[in-house]
Amino acid sequence: MLTRALGRTPHYVVAGGLAVIFLFPLLWNTLASVSGQPGTAQESGYGLGNYRTLLDYDAGLWRYLLNSTVVSALTVALTLGVSLLGGYAFARFDFPGRNLLFLLTLAILMVPYATLLIPLYVLLGRLHLQNSLIGLSLVLAMFQLPFATFMMRISFEAVPRELEESALVDGCGTAGALRRVLLPAVRPGLITVGLFAFLAAWNDFIAPLILISDSEKAPLPLAVANLRQQSMGAVDYGATEAGVVVLAVPCLLLFLLLQRHYIRGFMSGALKG
Amino acid sequence: MQVKAPPWWRSRTVKGMGYAAPTAVFVAVFFVLPLLLVGQMSLSDWPLLAGDRGVNAPENYTDVTHSALFWPAVRFTLLYTVIVTVVLLGLALLLALLVQESRPGAGFFRTVYFLPSALGLASASLLFWGLYSPTTGPLSRVLDTLGLVDDPVSFLGSPTSALLSTVFLIVWKFAGFYMLILLVGLQRIPHEVYEAARMDGASRGQIFRSVTLPLLRPSLALTLLLCVTGSLLAFDQFFILTKGGPDNSTVTVVQLIYREAFQRLNLGTAAALSIIVLGVLLLLNALQFRGLRRADES
Repeated sequence: MLTRALGRTPHYVVAGGLAVIFLFPLLWNTLASVSGQPGTAQESGYGLGNYRTLLDYDAGLWRYLLNSTVVSALTVALTLGVSLLGGYAFARFDFPGRNLLFLLTLAILMVPYATLLIPLYVLLGRLHLQNSLIGLSLVLAMFQLPFATFMMRISFEAVPRELEESALVDGCGTAGALRRVLLPAVRPGLITVGLFAFLAAWNDFIAPLILISDSEKAPLPLAVANLRQQSMGAVDYGATEAGVVVLAVPCLLLFLLLQRHYIRGFMSGALKG
Repeated sequence: MQVKAPPWWRSRTVKGMGYAAPTAVFVAVFFVLPLLLVGQMSLSDWPLLAGDRGVNAPENYTDVTHSALFWPAVRFTLLYTVIVTVVLLGLALLLALLVQESRPGAGFFRTVYFLPSALGLASASLLFWGLYSPTTGPLSRVLDTLGLVDDPVSFLGSPTSALLSTVFLIVWKFAGFYMLILLVGLQRIPHEVYEAARMDGASRGQIFRSVTLPLLRPSLALTLLLCVTGSLLAFDQFFILTKGGPDNSTVTVVQLIYREAFQRLNLGTAAALSIIVLGVLLLLNALQFRGLRRADES
């Protein structure tokens, strides 16, 4: 017993050492955001001075949180709606152009982000959606479609056909069957898709950087990045650290709460390669 | 009794098209149309503020490839991709091996290693920007206290240190993500294979080389594809952490696209560069897919 425990010690030393390295930046940042630092709103001692700076910065933290929430909610709603109907169509219906459309949707993954953002900047201008949170959400939802459509298609394909057919025999239309029978069956897939869409929209940086020019409309990541270069070249590390905490908390919470759904998203991608 | 043909709007074909319609509209308006537009823009004189001013082919392409930053950016992006891929996939494999067995605590370590992957890349970059600060960051102070350095360390001050500091951030942020993909692959290797190897008297090193690695090849190939593609398109981390500096030594190709468009205000050359990046990436994906298929067949 003792020799076995000793034999395992190097394993735990390596695993533990790595765990410290992985946790350290997160813990340091959280602590630093409430610690005293010269040149920040929290000069000494512990307190929430840096968070107060964030509340008052430019349009104010609440404004940026609202922008981020609106963009994330819209992106999640659009992604869920489009991929639910699309996944149903690809899994259960036969129509001309079905395979072409599915391949085109997956092809979004093959095209670099930046390659599409340059023309989208012009295109959104023509649609009068430039510098708008709605335009940004439409673009972010488009980037989610390959994963979401793929995920919803395999979710629908996993539901036994008989389930849907019995609903159709009972007089439901396809819409009724979708709403009453299929929707509960594909709910895990929807949660995974929604989770990934939220995280992508909440964290995205380059799309708002290019598509949003009005600082009032900036989502939080962009606002925090802008805040660094404030006040005559002086750098406010404390407020940045507070901003990172506000950005990270929802992501970490969602990950810890929905770990199972998170992992499933990976597995499906990793398995299908 | 004769079955009446259902009206056209009730047929399953039409209904299927109806359900697929939102996807089709999205893909057409926000993917196919921009793709055509970027092709047209790359052949046109297109200042950011003035809009389309007519054909300018092939000057956009020659201008952008002759710009002073083009080859340095290409070289830097390739160098960064090679370093990140080697370090990141090496560490991810180590992590996956560390947490694959059901030792006590494996679940805890898995969660800890994955935690940074839940963060956004921009948030992680902002975090490390503070961490690397020579004045208030903890790393510089720790090294100073240990007596390893005399002056505050400037992690982003020289081209080499800026590159390596960014690599460290990326490895920290993504190692858990790739660990998870490799873990799925490891768990698909049947136990009997290991047992047979052990019965034949193979050492742990031999088992790793001739059983684990070959059977893990599909997962390794997937992580390679994702890591190379992601690294070639690097933007956020350099935009936030180094801003391309010092002395433009860490400008990546995607950053160059951004600079052409929004600092030099030329959407034509930005579009041309975007098309070049797209071409290189498609070529690379095609090559890797062929490699993958060959690996599957053998």
